[in-house]
Amino acid sequence: MALNLDAKIPSGPIELKWDKARFEMKLVNPANKRKYSVIVVGTGLAGGAAAASLGELGYRVKAFCFQDSPRRAHSIAAQGGINAAKNYQNDGDSVFRLFYDTVKGGDFRAREANVYRLAQVSVDIIDQCVAQGVPFAREYGGVLANRSFGGAQVSRTFYARGQTGQQLLLGAYQALERQIDAGAVEMFYRHEMLDVVVVDGRARGIVTRDMVTGAIDVHIADAVVLGTGGYGNVFFLSTNAKGSNATAIWRAYKKGAAFGNPCYTQIHPTCIPVSGDYQSKLTLMSESLRNDGRIWVPKAAGETRKAGLIPEAERDYYLERMYPAFGNLCPRDIASRAAKRVCDEGQGVGPGGKGVYLDFAESIGRLGRDKIAERYGNLFEIYERITGEDPYTVPMRIYPAVHYTMGGLWVDYNLQSTIPGLFVLGEANFSDHGANRLGASALMQGLADGYFIIPYTLGNYLAQVQPGGVDETHHECLAAKTEAERQMKTLLGIRGNKTVDDIHKELGKVMWEYCGMGRNAQGLEKALGLIPRIREEFWNNVNVPGSGEELNQSLERAGRLADFLELGELMCRDALVREESCGGHFREEHQTAEGEAKRDDEKFCHAAVWEYQGAGQAPARHVEPLNFEYVHLAQRSYK
Amino acid sequence: MSTLVAGGRNRTAILYESVIGKKIIMAVTGFVLCGFVAGHTVGNLQLFAGPEKLNHYAELLQSLGGALWAIRGFLLLCAGLHIAMAVQLTKLKWEARPAAYVKKASIASSYAARTMIWSGPVIGAFLVYHILHFTTGQAHPEFVKGDVYRNVVTGFQNPAAALFYMIANILLAIHLYHGVWSMFQSLGVAHPRYTPLLKTAARTYGYVIGVGNVSMPLAVLAGLVK
Amino acid sequence: MNMRIVLHIWRQRNRAAQGRMVRYELPNVSEHMSFLEMLDVLNEELTRKGEDPVAFEHDCREGICGCCGFMVNGVPHGPQRGTTVCQLHMRHFRDGDELWLEPFRAAAFPVVKDLMVDRSSLDRIIAAGGYVSVNTGSAVEGNALPVIKQCSDMAMDAASCIGCGACVASCPNASASLFTSAKISHLALLPQGQAERDRRAIRMVARMLEEGFGYCTNTGECEAVCPKGITLDNIARMNRDFLKAAITYREETAASAAG
Repeated sequence: MALNLDAKIPSGPIELKWDKARFEMKLVNPANKRKYSVIVVGTGLAGGAAAASLGELGYRVKAFCFQDSPRRAHSIAAQGGINAAKNYQNDGDSVFRLFYDTVKGGDFRAREANVYRLAQVSVDIIDQCVAQGVPFAREYGGVLANRSFGGAQVSRTFYARGQTGQQLLLGAYQALERQIDAGAVEMFYRHEMLDVVVVDGRARGIVTRDMVTGAIDVHIADAVVLGTGGYGNVFFLSTNAKGSNATAIWRAYKKGAAFGNPCYTQIHPTCIPVSGDYQSKLTLMSESLRNDGRIWVPKAAGETRKAGLIPEAERDYYLERMYPAFGNLCPRDIASRAAKRVCDEGQGVGPGGKGVYLDFAESIGRLGRDKIAERYGNLFEIYERITGEDPYTVPMRIYPAVHYTMGGLWVDYNLQSTIPGLFVLGEANFSDHGANRLGASALMQGLADGYFIIPYTLGNYLAQVQPGGVDETHHECLAAKTEAERQMKTLLGIRGNKTVDDIHKELGKVMWEYCGMGRNAQGLEKALGLIPRIREEFWNNVNVPGSGEELNQSLERAGRLADFLELGELMCRDALVREESCGGHFREEHQTAEGEAKRDDEKFCHAAVWEYQGAGQAPARHVEPLNFEYVHLAQRSYK
Repeated sequence: MSTLVAGGRNRTAILYESVIGKKIIMAVTGFVLCGFVAGHTVGNLQLFAGPEKLNHYAELLQSLGGALWAIRGFLLLCAGLHIAMAVQLTKLKWEARPAAYVKKASIASSYAARTMIWSGPVIGAFLVYHILHFTTGQAHPEFVKGDVYRNVVTGFQNPAAALFYMIANILLAIHLYHGVWSMFQSLGVAHPRYTPLLKTAARTYGYVIGVGNVSMPLAVLAGLVK
Repeated sequence: MNMRIVLHIWRQRNRAAQGRMVRYELPNVSEHMSFLEMLDVLNEELTRKGEDPVAFEHDCREGICGCCGFMVNGVPHGPQRGTTVCQLHMRHFRDGDELWLEPFRAAAFPVVKDLMVDRSSLDRIIAAGGYVSVNTGSAVEGNALPVIKQCSDMAMDAASCIGCGACVASCPNASASLFTSAKISHLALLPQGQAERDRRAIRMVARMLEEGFGYCTNTGECEAVCPKGITLDNIARMNRDFLKAAITYREETAASAAG
């Protein structure tokens, strides 16, 4: 079957596309909505908002999360804020400007129509969240406060202290719990999705494992919505939660959902550096810190003095020096690469020289300790708790870490994957951020997809299909279930000598080394040689203790790692073919004389879309051309 | 799934059946009993003013007649409700944590707060003894009806009785130390500025009652009051 | 600096099984490790020996998701105030320390395995009324509703609850009053929460009892162990709201529910 990559972008001027699309959509009669069932996997901002909104509309919703409660989804950890084109600050913002900034920030690798719609609905998100009781920061006059964030030149970011993700997620979670109590949503917690069931070319259900009893079951519905987040944990160390995984999207990929731009990874510049080989994850320090903190390293390589003893003249405020207009607020990819560069040149600080200073001394002097504490108090506490150092008196040490994956399952304008009936929302899809996501845009996209897009586009799909008609005994269901059971049995039967984490760390090292901040053909080819070997080691020598009929955290991790071991290879493959630098994808062969990313719009102004061809077969690469009618292709410059 | 707030349930039932409602009943009856304890202590401290004063005070109370019985009945009702709530809530507490911790540390709660359910019954038993001892006389070998002063002095000259009084009243003070502030918290009285003051006042009240009530048997034992 | 740590960990295969404390010794713990990283090290070792690793709940390891939490020497999340156990670092312990790790214990928190418990009872308390009933799309313009900054800040304080259950675990009565009152307070302090304020207080308080939680005796243990600094004032507010609601609330009738 040929892959259909029709993005279904409505015709007409960009500002009217979404209105037009909504008008042309077919509607499900209110009385018929109860007849349709929908499965939503993942309960973060995208999945949680979708499950709640679809329940409100009257569909029968089954929601799944692998955590012990829908409120635990990793959206909760987002600190900084959420963008919206409200222009409350009267500083020149508009829907068009948010759209423009997002396309440009994504280095011209996202679909214009999707991004414009995102900017349009951003304003509705704020209204919705305020109505739910999300305690956004306020001014003394009682109105909503804004701040400038992550390289934006307007103040359009709404925030709730340093816990914006938490508060937005709790809003969605509360809406979801309301639907659960009303009986509109049936919630399955501690359930991990293992496969998509495709019947007659349509997604009709999922296979899950009850993580407490080990029972593997099939759940049937008229459509499946995935809001299962990103795959940053392929690197082992990332800012993602330990449980964040790619299993749902990867198994969907193997069932026929194409994967868009797998190599687009965002490295966040402000994370707490690694302290030892037992390190289990990396902690992000919100980049809002860059508003008042100054980044520097000692001018001399191999400096041994303490930060406070290094005189001003011997410090290199390298971002301010290299990017005078944006300084410490330049985009994430640029700040990350600059940090790596200075550390590679030996100017890094802290254990192993993998760190740069983020110094608040000047702003504390200018604004006072109290003001800084009010803005960043909770972040400073987190830092002190982890490192044992007081950032009010000693500069923070930060280093880049994997944070977000812009790639994900390919979706059309309706957020439908290449499997009809399988919709993908939030970080799990590839749609809106192109090759680089701007700060405070992830929360916006997750909620836009969940609250304001899927309720329409899913209805349009359902209106065109008959409800029901398949049950759990269908041969496709049984086959998917048997396959899932077989994999569990295989993993438990290996009883080798290495733990799951041993092998995951090996994969992570290869990925970080060759498919991290800087990539080149030689390294990627090397990785493509190493990853299959690690995978082989995994399938021959992993040790998964215990049984499948009980709570078994090793087995859960092993299943996820099995998928990361395949996904990592696809990421390297994609990175190797994309012979240009764009956004978070930096190919060392393609840079300007000053070391800046150099795009190749002639050859690569497209989304790379990978199609699974079966085990042991090389996947097929397709392209979806990207057209820029409203934001003209230009080299990004943050000088 | 829930039958909450279904039609037909009246407000009293909502209040009585909920854990907060029970605590509110506990607090209100506690408040009444606190008032009684304060009045009773102040009245009894007239022991130090000599036999006439104290016996006159007792006669005054007796002269209330029907009103005295009404007050006694009301106090008994409050004590009964206070105890009934305590029993119900204690049962609930045991059900809420059927398996105990192997190791459990208390880091904020006062000794008083943790021992409310033990100080309570002892005070209850003391109350019965106190009535039999000084009001009806069955527990007093040298009871003389109408001579309260003499009864108190001869009663407390028995070291065992005096000791029990002191222990019970120290427990009462401990009960009040936590109970008085807790009462306000249960009723929802909280204010960032006044809560700490209220806490201090409540504790002071506990100390004052304790010192006042212990002073009487102690004074008799020490021979200061004869 | 590295140290020797002795762990006594509650091992229980599943909800129905008998549990017991098992002693483990870690000879080489780095002071920079987090507490959970120390358990990772133990689990790697157990796995290599072919033993069943210790199950404990964790996800974000940044102190915000609320997954982690167990008792360390009788205190939920361990000795450091205002810190979840995932953020607790070994520099707060000394060479040779013996630590007792137990699951949170309450009838409403049945043990799932080892140090993991089922806290879905907390979700059901939220489901009873911890929300504003506003369907997607029916919101008014965000700035149409000014909120007093101080109220907004206080609401945010209450809303920072991460639902870890430490309050229940530490409470001598296994009460969920701090958790429940945090949500009641969050919404009671905001104009958006007023329409359902009475209904919310009555329903959430009743659900708390249905789920098998105890009652509040104002001991303050919960406040002291809360990793997010939720205060007892919230419980007073809940009591106040409940009392007011119980006196003035108009019960739902079939007609009003259908209307």
